Amino acid sequence: MSLRIVVCVKYVPDATGDRHFADDLTVDRDDVDGLLSELDEYAVEQALQIADEADDAEITVLTVGGEDAKDALRKALSMGADKAVHVEDDDLHGSDVMATSLVLAKAVEKTGYDLVICGMASTDGTMGVLPAILAERLGVPQVTLLSEVKVEDGVVTGRRDGDSASEQLQASLPALVSVTDQSGEARYPSFKGIMAAKKKPVESLDLEDLDIDAELVGLAGSWSAVDSATQRPARTAGTIVKDEGEGGKQLAEFLASQKFI
Amino acid sequence: MAEVLVYVDHVDGAVRKPTLELLTLARRLGDPVALALGAGAENTAAVLAEHGAVKVLTSDAPEYAEYLVVPKVDALQAAHQAVSPVAVLVPSSAEGKEIAARLAVRIESGIITDAVDLEAGDEGPVATQAAFAASFTTKSRITKGTPVITVKPNSAPVEASPAAGAVEALAVSFSDAASGTKVLSRTPRESTGRPELTEAAIVVSGGRGVNGAENFHLIEALADSLGAAVGASRAAVDAGWYPHSNQVGQTGKSVSPQLYIANGISGAIQHRAGMQTSKTIVAVNKDAEAPIFDLVDYGIVGDLFQVVPQLTDEVNTRKG
Ligand SMILES: Cc1cc2nc3c(=O)[nH]c(=O)nc-3n(C[C@H](O)[C@H](O)[C@H](O)COP(=O)(O)OP(=O)(O)OC[C@H]3O[C@@H](n4cnc5c(N)ncnc54)[C@H](O)[C@@H]3O)c2cc1C
Ligand SMILES: Cc1cc2nc3c(=O)[nH]c(=O)nc-3n(C[C@H](O)[C@H](O)[C@H](O)COP(=O)(O)OP(=O)(O)OC[C@H]3O[C@@H](n4cnc5c(N)ncnc54)[C@H](O)[C@@H]3O)c2cc1C
Repeated sequence: MSLRIVVCVKYVPDATGDRHFADDLTVDRDDVDGLLSELDEYAVEQALQIADEADDAEITVLTVGGEDAKDALRKALSMGADKAVHVEDDDLHGSDVMATSLVLAKAVEKTGYDLVICGMASTDGTMGVLPAILAERLGVPQVTLLSEVKVEDGVVTGRRDGDSASEQLQASLPALVSVTDQSGEARYPSFKGIMAAKKKPVESLDLEDLDIDAELVGLAGSWSAVDSATQRPARTAGTIVKDEGEGGKQLAEFLASQKFI
Repeated sequence: MAEVLVYVDHVDGAVRKPTLELLTLARRLGDPVALALGAGAENTAAVLAEHGAVKVLTSDAPEYAEYLVVPKVDALQAAHQAVSPVAVLVPSSAEGKEIAARLAVRIESGIITDAVDLEAGDEGPVATQAAFAASFTTKSRITKGTPVITVKPNSAPVEASPAAGAVEALAVSFSDAASGTKVLSRTPRESTGRPELTEAAIVVSGGRGVNGAENFHLIEALADSLGAAVGASRAAVDAGWYPHSNQVGQTGKSVSPQLYIANGISGAIQHRAGMQTSKTIVAVNKDAEAPIFDLVDYGIVGDLFQVVPQLTDEVNTRKG
């Protein structure tokens, strides 16, 4: 039987760009180029490896985001995913993690799945909680923050390297997995992959298709609110000294003056 | 007075510092009620009481160790029901965030993660967060349900404030989901004897410039002279020179010490994301153009193989 894998991928502003907030205190997505969150590339990579090991598998990549977010889907398709689902609706603007996860849960259910794979965190919101929330909403086991993952005979096992211990985890499918950037380098799309991606199906869904009340999402439907966002003042220029043989001693003097020694 | 539920991070009854910091923040919002789970939970009571917990709810069961996260969510939900707090505070560890997040879904409440400060406001707690690799500071609130907020280590001082700390056993019935993810085995990380990276007052880090695992002893020696934790850039970790558990940055640990010393680290945005909120930043780098110098309070343009041992000697000498 076919293994249905859904990979959640987020379209984020480039971290090397000048990221900032718009007037309504949501992320300004117009001024900075976006891309597939690099940490989601690891999720796509693991999906491809799991699919390779399975008799028969189908990988759907899923995003919730504006028109541009299609770019993230194309990238994932060019890496080798089979098809894509794009949830786009004007009413989604400004959704917090609770609203976003509600939409993702409905979209995952509509798509049909045995295994959901997420990145460990996005590179913009960087909350790192969406996978756990999605597992809770879907009512399936979470096997999160894995640096190693394997799926065999309807069972997912993986290694989670935590602060104080390394754990070996196991759950039965259907389940939700998130993977870290320790799980293995993501492949680059090949030219063939890029060409093939252009022909792969991208399904667009809106809130009505998912039977979600618009009042439950967007800025107004979110359960958290940002009241202010201020740019951190640039750090005042520090003292910079060229080492002429006494650099270590000078540094010690500085540390002593600051009472660190 | 209103009660604030605080989730306790402890190891066999030894309470970790971020939890004591949470108690300081919790007292700004109301009376802290602590929840400690698993082996040694009752042994946390004395130190929690000393830091302001009016009550300590405890629960021990094999489920907390045998399954991932969900049994703890069940317990936190039971505590939430028993206490009806005005806020739930949880340390921002990987596990803490997941527990808080699932609780928030269940109690239909908003969540704020990685707060670096917390104040009482007219419309509930106001959390400060650092956004976009700490280049922005935001203030946020929860608008629905009981605010669930996770707080980063080193966000508040630890303050003694003796309170009753009466221990009460919490009745927890585990959900069907509790046993969904089995922990087949657990290999504890070996202790280095150095401070915990995220909690340390001083962090000394090494990057690609350290040029080999065999040279990291220079970084360790400096760290030991200062009583510091050791950090590493991803380049050093990916090269296999130092364990991933010591990585500082977006996909490693986020640290906020009093002093951060970066050695042979260029200061890429993903590294900065994990250390930019350090109070004092020092760098040793042989490239005067390295972006890390934009952040420093004090920088040495020089070869770390010269500067770091000299600094270590000098620190040891001054300590006498
Ligand atoms: C600086 C900043 C701070 C924020 N703080 C909060 C906060 O405290 N509380 C709150 O409720 N919201 C917050 N948000 C909003 C929140 O980040 C978004 O709602 C977001 O879609 C979900 O959170 P995340 O991306 O941080 O998730 P993470 O938990 O970091 O993401 C983990 C994984 O979830 C998947 N994923 C996340 N979003 C999507 C998506 N749109 N489409 C497909 N897959 C996705 C990806 O696989 C990703 O790797 C914040 C946003 C920003 C920019
Ligand atoms: C999705 C994603 C997540 C990431 N997460 C992280 C993360 O969590 N943490 C992280 O650190 N990076 C992370 N990175 C990687 C990051 O972009 C950089 O590649 C990395 O931080 C570079 O490490 P470095 O500064 O040690 O190495 P380099 O950038 O190579 O810098 C080495 C520096 O050492 C100096 N140097 C060399 N020799 C000497 C000497 N003898 N004496 C003094 N100075 C010397 C050089 O001048 C140079 O500035 C991430 C990247 C991505 C894409």
